[in-house]
Amino acid sequence: MTLTKRIIPCLDVKNGRVVKGLHFESIKDAGDPVELAEKYSNEGADELVFLDITASDEQRKTIKDLVRRVAKVIDIPFTVGGGVKSLEDARNILLNGADKVGINTGAIKNPHVITELMELFGRQCVVVAIDAKRNFDIQKDKNIFSENEKQFWFEVFIYGGKEATGIDVIEWAKKAEKLGAGEILLTSIDKDGTKDGYDILLNREIVNSVSIPVIASGGCGKPDDMVDVFQKSNVDAALAASIFHYQTHGVNGVKMYLKDKQIPVRL
Amino acid sequence: MVNVAIFDYGAGNIFSLKNSLEKIGATADIITDFDKPNIYSGLLLPGVGNFDPAIKSICKSSKTDFTDYVKDNTPVLGICLGMEMFFEKSEEGNEKGLSVIKGDVIILPPSMKVPHMGWNNLEIKKSGKILEGVKDDAWVYFVHSYRVKPVNNDVITAESDYGIKVPAVIEQGNFFGTQFHPEKSGKVGKIMIQNFLDVCKK
Repeated sequence: MTLTKRIIPCLDVKNGRVVKGLHFESIKDAGDPVELAEKYSNEGADELVFLDITASDEQRKTIKDLVRRVAKVIDIPFTVGGGVKSLEDARNILLNGADKVGINTGAIKNPHVITELMELFGRQCVVVAIDAKRNFDIQKDKNIFSENEKQFWFEVFIYGGKEATGIDVIEWAKKAEKLGAGEILLTSIDKDGTKDGYDILLNREIVNSVSIPVIASGGCGKPDDMVDVFQKSNVDAALAASIFHYQTHGVNGVKMYLKDKQIPVRL
Repeated sequence: MVNVAIFDYGAGNIFSLKNSLEKIGATADIITDFDKPNIYSGLLLPGVGNFDPAIKSICKSSKTDFTDYVKDNTPVLGICLGMEMFFEKSEEGNEKGLSVIKGDVIILPPSMKVPHMGWNNLEIKKSGKILEGVKDDAWVYFVHSYRVKPVNNDVITAESDYGIKVPAVIEQGNFFGTQFHPEKSGKVGKIMIQNFLDVCKK
């Protein structure tokens, strides 16, 4: 046996509640973060991701107390992101019980912080989160793809999907790895909240561009979407929110299904 | 009640480890040097940080030597980086290791994704105190880029398969090490932490 594929419930938290949006907007209440974290951990989640989704936006610090309360009830690894800009932000998160720090806007604004984090905490603690969206305005220096006869490139967005950067996702992922990222958390803005399935093309291209683990995120609506992304893009982990939050499928149920489809999972 | 110490290199999450010890009924103090008398039944070297800064904080922030501190056979559990520090040197840094176990720490082969991150099986080689009650093939959580290479393979009690055999659990006298994170390995990890505390009680 070798490494299993990881199934990661994501807790997007706003004002102390787990929320879920569509295309990064129209936020809907999905429950208490501590209760959900404990439930997922007991059901066999391989990891949890905890994102303070308003942190970058409103220039607010991640909710430290909540992180601590969540960490107290689980015994699986735990990533926390949202508003991380500096070594000090990251240290606060790690000392309150997280194992890894997710950094997104902060890394685009100051890429060197990836290296600083890696040097102090080790590469494995540094998760670079990338929000990607197709841009159909073709530019020469970008990695161009085509689908249904339309050409596009993948652009990095920051501030919770609100601001375009003009940066090519593939180039940024490679650079993040070089700077010291231990993992890429790749979210498709095009797919997020649609329950339409993961962005296979995007995930496959990033997996082929870097040698660190990639977590697919955005678009999962059913267990078959996970089977699909594992089989077609070879990502290391699949992150999902709504299929777990609204109890359409328990974590264990999803993993049993994946095992049936020959995906290596921990049961 | 068992009272143990966790050494904090100042570089990461020791809250989870403290939490997992306290859940089982131990008390855990955080220490940052060895200058106060050793009143503990056990010492834990956590698995967060980087080799050189962590070794420096262990060897250079105290007047008392690590080996002196644990000289009355205080059980020591090194987790991940904590276990790597037991060895003589590491490819992750230039500092000399604690050198209580002979051998080196080397980087994982580039043929596989590095870091080795996720849940993998234990292949139990032989019985050991930490492994008591742990079944062969049990799942544990790894996050690491380096592996230990002991001079004497007898210290390895369990391995894990990641293209190559990665030493996963080691025992030598009062020194115990896990390359994975028991505090992050669900129920299986809890058994191993309990086993370590049982060693501390004796």
